[in-house]
Amino acid sequence: MSAADLTHGPNTGLGSGLSDRRDSTTPTSTVARPLRHVSTRFLRSELGLIFGRRRNQAGMGILAVVPLMIAITVKLSKPRPGAGPDFFASITSNGLFVALAALSLELALFLPLAVAAISGDSIAGEANIGTLRYLLTVPVHRTRLLAVKFAAITIFSVVATMWVSLVGAVAGLALFGGGEMTTLAGTQIGMGSALLRVLLATIYLSLCFASLGAIGLFVSTLTEQPIGATIAVVVINVMSFILDSIPQLSWLHEWLPTHWWMSFGDFLRDPIAWGDVTRGLLTAAGYMLVFWLAAWARFSDKDVTG
Amino acid sequence: MTRARTEAETQAGSGELGDFAVATQSLTKKFHQQVAVNAVDLLVPRGAVYGFLGPNGSGKTTTIRMLLGLIRPTAGRHRLLGMSMPDHAGDVLPLVGSLVEGPAFHPYLSGRANLVRLDSVDRHADPRTTKARVDGALDRVGLLAAADKKYRAYSLGMRQRLAIAGALLEPRELLVLDEPTNGLDPQGTREVRHLIGSLADDGATVLVSSHLLSEVEQVCTHIGVMHVGRLLTQGPIAQVRAVGEARARVVTDRPQDAARVLRGLGLTDVVAGPGVAEGTLGRVAAEKVVVALVRDEVPVTGFVVERPSLEDLFVSLTGEGFNVSG
Repeated sequence: MSAADLTHGPNTGLGSGLSDRRDSTTPTSTVARPLRHVSTRFLRSELGLIFGRRRNQAGMGILAVVPLMIAITVKLSKPRPGAGPDFFASITSNGLFVALAALSLELALFLPLAVAAISGDSIAGEANIGTLRYLLTVPVHRTRLLAVKFAAITIFSVVATMWVSLVGAVAGLALFGGGEMTTLAGTQIGMGSALLRVLLATIYLSLCFASLGAIGLFVSTLTEQPIGATIAVVVINVMSFILDSIPQLSWLHEWLPTHWWMSFGDFLRDPIAWGDVTRGLLTAAGYMLVFWLAAWARFSDKDVTG
Repeated sequence: MTRARTEAETQAGSGELGDFAVATQSLTKKFHQQVAVNAVDLLVPRGAVYGFLGPNGSGKTTTIRMLLGLIRPTAGRHRLLGMSMPDHAGDVLPLVGSLVEGPAFHPYLSGRANLVRLDSVDRHADPRTTKARVDGALDRVGLLAAADKKYRAYSLGMRQRLAIAGALLEPRELLVLDEPTNGLDPQGTREVRHLIGSLADDGATVLVSSHLLSEVEQVCTHIGVMHVGRLLTQGPIAQVRAVGEARARVVTDRPQDAARVLRGLGLTDVVAGPGVAEGTLGRVAAEKVVVALVRDEVPVTGFVVERPSLEDLFVSLTGEGFNVSG
């Protein structure tokens, strides 16, 4: 007898009396409670857990240290035009570049690590402390659980990346001032346009990190050890960067999850160079879809024994 | 190949299965080669307090996990409150409060915040009444005073109480409580027994598992006994216990004479030891024994009718003690 027979017995016409009764009798519940169709309570509860947790608050603090460090050290050092990464040279001309410099330094490890910690914890963390079985018996449908968990991971990605940008922008503007911005093409754009471009670059990177978060959600369904899942996601992230730096593997590069991340600088060209960031967004969307579905395939009928 | 047999089995009882709060049919779970639960037909009538008994490792928790849809049976099927699982999980589980394999909460949240968390994921819960329901549940398990302490700081007994409170956040038709008295002191154990009684009085069906027979014996209307993955027996408690027979025990300084009187009355398996004689009553009324002894001038300093405890019953069913099964 196959699993399908067991769960769909009545539809086969040969089902047992046990199942036949489902069709002939209405449930005898006396305490039926109405279903609330649209509610953000679960998502808000998730965000409360993520942002209320000490460990994560400390992590947000560390993320903020980098832009502050950049702003302060550049302010204290003598200007040396042409030295350092792309955005560093421009910081003294417009403080907003602190945000971009901070993003470029944090995109290799710190921000992916933050997303890995949250996404690795998403299912494995609940399984590890046993709360997963209580969520499922409330009941929370497993698909809904994965959807809400991924929404929370995405929101965390956006908030964490925004946070780095915001601290960088505020510190940079305070120490170096704002005004007109010189784009990477050498042209001048107004302050409003400059802010918009930094915002677009930040959102672009947020979505890139969220695609790593989808990988993390999947890994998190494979284990009951949240730390293990987090380490696995960091390893995937670092491996992607390493593979991306091996010229002999150039055919693979454009498919790597991290390949298009550095393209966030294209928002600072004039006009904005949409080609690579569009590829980047499609790649991110592809990773999100594939790994969310993989997580679903893995989790939807997994035995929860933890 | 099992279809024909399965069908025949269920046809026989199909008329009543909907009246059971829990009805399983050949429920089986294999982990790799090991059969953890072997063709269990659990029947819990509505309104019953069903003691689900068995030593650690006998398959109780695995059965409960299958009942709640946490793990998928290898074979067999089951219904909760008349609805088939797991396809009706979304309809039936809101009516089921459960405690599965001990408490589990977020350690860095307070007891109250943990219950609010559970409530907030429940699509059936009314957020306007959350506070009242959470406090009501905490009060019912005697945890209101410690509600704002971090879960991490709770003792095992407090954690257990919080888990029971979590099962009581909403009115339930069925409560599935896996080892609810684990970690509780004798006072806490009494309170849980009392709570189970009051839930049953409210009309709920309670399925309570335990490896401590004496703990649940007093509150149950029905029992089922698990051993190495099989359900050995189940039914109303009086019926199950009737399997073992009552023995009369006479404390006397003339045990041989007492034994002779007992045999004369028709008791069987009569034995006489130092200062005591005993025999199986069978159909002999207990009150006749002392009268007969006194008439024959056998001095009686003590008289007890011993019904077999569930533990004795378990030994008689399995030929083994109530120990961990491997």
